Amino acid sequence: MRVTGRWRTLPALAWRDTRTTRRRLVLSMSSIAIGVAALVAVDSYSADVVRSIHVQARSLLGADLSVSARRTLPPPARAWLDSLRARGAAEAHVTTFSSMALGGSLAGGGKGTRLVQVRAMGPGAPFYGKIETSPPDKWKELQSGPYAIVDSALLIALDAKIGDTLSLGYARFAIIATLRNVPGDIGVASALGPRVYIPDKYLAATQLLTYGSRAEYETLVRLPAAMDADALAKSHRQLFDSLQVRARSVADTERSLTRSIEQLGRFLGLVGLIALLLGGTGVASALRAYMAEKIDAIAVLRCLGASASQVVWMFVLEAAGLGLAGALMGVVLGVGAQLVLPHVLGSFIPVDVSPQLEWIPALSGLALGTWVGVLFALGPVLGVRNIAPLQVLRRDDDSAQGAARSAWRDPPRVIAALVLAASVVAVCIARADGAIVGLWMSAGIAGALGATWVAAIVCARLAKRLAQLRWSFIVRHGITNVDRPGNQTRPVVLALGFGAFLLGTLALVQGNLLRQLSSAANASAANLAYFDVQTDQARPLDSLLRSRDLPVLSQVPIVPMRIAAYRSRKPPLPARGERRSDSGARGAEANRPSWALRREYRSSYRDSIAPSEKLVAGKWWTSDGPDTDGVYEISVEQSLAEELGVAVGDTITWDVQGVRIRTRITSLREVEWTRFEPNFFVVFQPAALREAPQTYVMLTRVDDDASRARVQRDAVLRFPNVSTIDLTLIENAVGKILDRVSLAVRFMALFSVVTGVLVLISAIAASRRQRVRESVLLKTLGATRPQIVRMLFTEYALLGAIGSVAGIVLAVGGGWAAVHFIFKTPFAVTPLSLAAVASATILLTVATGLFAARDVFSETPMTALREV
Amino acid sequence: MLVARELTKSFPSGDRTITVLRDVSFTIGDGEFVAIVGPSGSGKTTLLGLLAGLDTPSAGSVLLDDVDLARLSEDARARMRGEKVGFVFQSFQLIPTLTALENVRVPLDLRGDDGALARATDLLARVGLANRTHHYPVRLSGGEQQRVAIARAFVNSPRVLFADEPTGNLDHTTGIRIVELLEQLNRDASTTVIIVTHDAELAARARRVIRLNDGLVIEDSVRAA
Repeated sequence: MRVTGRWRTLPALAWRDTRTTRRRLVLSMSSIAIGVAALVAVDSYSADVVRSIHVQARSLLGADLSVSARRTLPPPARAWLDSLRARGAAEAHVTTFSSMALGGSLAGGGKGTRLVQVRAMGPGAPFYGKIETSPPDKWKELQSGPYAIVDSALLIALDAKIGDTLSLGYARFAIIATLRNVPGDIGVASALGPRVYIPDKYLAATQLLTYGSRAEYETLVRLPAAMDADALAKSHRQLFDSLQVRARSVADTERSLTRSIEQLGRFLGLVGLIALLLGGTGVASALRAYMAEKIDAIAVLRCLGASASQVVWMFVLEAAGLGLAGALMGVVLGVGAQLVLPHVLGSFIPVDVSPQLEWIPALSGLALGTWVGVLFALGPVLGVRNIAPLQVLRRDDDSAQGAARSAWRDPPRVIAALVLAASVVAVCIARADGAIVGLWMSAGIAGALGATWVAAIVCARLAKRLAQLRWSFIVRHGITNVDRPGNQTRPVVLALGFGAFLLGTLALVQGNLLRQLSSAANASAANLAYFDVQTDQARPLDSLLRSRDLPVLSQVPIVPMRIAAYRSRKPPLPARGERRSDSGARGAEANRPSWALRREYRSSYRDSIAPSEKLVAGKWWTSDGPDTDGVYEISVEQSLAEELGVAVGDTITWDVQGVRIRTRITSLREVEWTRFEPNFFVVFQPAALREAPQTYVMLTRVDDDASRARVQRDAVLRFPNVSTIDLTLIENAVGKILDRVSLAVRFMALFSVVTGVLVLISAIAASRRQRVRESVLLKTLGATRPQIVRMLFTEYALLGAIGSVAGIVLAVGGGWAAVHFIFKTPFAVTPLSLAAVASATILLTVATGLFAARDVFSETPMTALREV
Repeated sequence: MLVARELTKSFPSGDRTITVLRDVSFTIGDGEFVAIVGPSGSGKTTLLGLLAGLDTPSAGSVLLDDVDLARLSEDARARMRGEKVGFVFQSFQLIPTLTALENVRVPLDLRGDDGALARATDLLARVGLANRTHHYPVRLSGGEQQRVAIARAFVNSPRVLFADEPTGNLDHTTGIRIVELLEQLNRDASTTVIIVTHDAELAARARRVIRLNDGLVIEDSVRAA
């Protein structure tokens, strides 16, 4: 197409047209920048992480191949590993289990105790990746004696220092260093149990791995260069599955980690995308105010011979230029925020990440930002097509409003809106790993924005009613101002409301989980549990506790077992955390028996139902013996029954240390897992397990912190294999993890809040002229500055209140849904946290509003005479 | 009584100073009807702004009922305006988000006056808009809007009413009616009315004319009754 003179001059015209309002327009476009920044930051960071995972995958696994099981490797797996060794592979062993660690030596009495994660490392392990220590390079000394390298958190907990002695079971170790970085470990993991590395040749000396102890036995394999670990793992997967052995290659590790990171990125990106759309509504609104001011200028242009399409193209060019400017700002901000993200998310990421400029996220952020900016601007811009040259002579206010009202009957504007919707769906599909997920994401976005939009409108309506009450003139005027034309009330409320919604939901979920936890602590009679108590230790421990006047609240037997066979009428559900549609290993994944089948069960037996349980089907047994066929009765937890696809009447055969026990399900239970009591998936009739090898859990309550510490230490001194769980420590650990998670979510919510602030600032800038005129007029009529400030205060406080009420109403819904469906615990509104979110939102709005409008009340009344 | 004493107003413009008013002095007694006339740029609006306390003079002083406006703070001047001064503007200057009645009430509302409703309703009736009280400004014609503005100007029973080109945006017939309304209110409430205009016909109706040119008073004449 030949570019004619008429069109060639358009860019210059467009540029000149923005001359007086350029700063204000850039301000309105900056609301897009925040969304772009969020997307660029999240995408760049996840690209950084995926790249790091790829580079570090071998170190993350520590080997070419890892074979692990919940017990010592069964002979066929052992034989297979031996055959690998014969072909030149090297192997090293890692045994991981929980145990009590005691500061100081056994003889010295010790200082403190703490439940830790012990990793007994064979020589050579890990083959790849460097475990960094402080002081540095102590890792290679680990194997040269009875040494331990520990998390620094443990030293604090035990009040110990490097060089001190650490007791694990019956063995003593010298602490030679603390851990600085372990490839593949995530930061928050140590909150639950500090890590302790010891050489595995001293494992036996601890005497900790006795009957019933839970441990993971892992063999790390280093293969000769010619052997393909991934192919080996795949070809033997069926064998491993049947043996209840887990085999992972480097590629498996990389795949699963990359998938998790991509999911995290997708979730956080969703928040960014929403922030972008919120900014877009701000742009549309600012452009509408801008175009209303431009009506005269447009009419003049039309009089001077400009065609309607020239005028439209001029403004489209302006919008594109500004969108580009906004998106560019966003990219710069995003690249900056990418450097902050490691501090926010780092404790969930198992690799060291070196941020670098990721071109694809940056450029796609730029393109998306510009595109969204133009599309949102298109609505108001297309509205000016209808401005007639005659308007120069006769300015009719109604026609401009009429044009705005009929937007939905104007085909080009409807098309623009549809293109916008289609673009968002396309972006979602591109970001998700499938069209269906993408459509769900779009539906989620539409739902979240739609709900906030409706809540905003309803709240604004209610606020308008307020104005009819008998307030003082100042307050009433402030209230009516919220509804001022061109005030962009809806986009401001939308963005603020969405921010309040995210923060409110977060506060509610966090508050509920913590409340649940502490109420569990208060409601449960016990706050200290001893587990792995051997049969011969039960009585002495019992007397130890009683000698301290501590109650033994219960003593529950535990018998480890696996499922040997079962018959159900329904096919089992796919296992947790495994997806059938896994690319690459599709066939193998689908055939894998579910987690419920492979896992080790720790079951108990008793003759009555526990207070934390509720019978939901069938009947509890009344007899204490097998039926005539030698089949015992069991009661199964309902979610497990669902997973296995079993119901009352089905039979399961258990393998209890090689002994087969046949059972029939006679009841299903609902279990309140959050209670601090031993709960079980499967409970047996006592006669079935009474003679089986078993350990005990004993519960007691010690209210005073110091005596609780003392009684734990004394028990560990006498029974080193017995571990204790201190409920207050769990509360602290969960609190810590929740803090980290909420930091990440709060960081993303910030993008939405900042967008709200920017939309507010640009809205105030857009209506500045009108505001100045009015405040000056009021001053002329006798209003003092404090009165003007009070009017503005009322207006912004109300705006903030509408946003926060809308957000909080939705947050209560969102919080309830999350707590009810995801965490499956009872929900309660935590008014204090919501009040905090609401007041923060209102405060921010008022502060932003008064700051952005500061020149409105400083203008002198003389302007009233001069203007016009 | 309104006294102007050697009023001078100058503005910096670039690196020069432009003097808009020079040594303007006069006294306007209670109940007078004065027109300030002069060509565009002669300093009429600046003078009006100074007399009403919307702006402060570079030199000289304005005394309203013996109070020097320049000595008051901006907020005190605002309160003074709310009590003693009324305004009518060429472009009406109604607040678009308020109804006719609400617009009229504003000065009393700002003072927290309880009688605002009755007084505003009464004044709207007197300017002939009893049936337009709940209309928003956009729904009113230019003449109607100016009548609302006049009702607003009188609602606080001002000592002085300033009108800046009150007929400038109106057709001839409507303009005449507005002037007649101002005259009537001037008579009934004995309010001092000061009109700035370059409409000769309007000026001719005033009993006293102060003519400005280039910032100087070149004529101050009283028409024979």
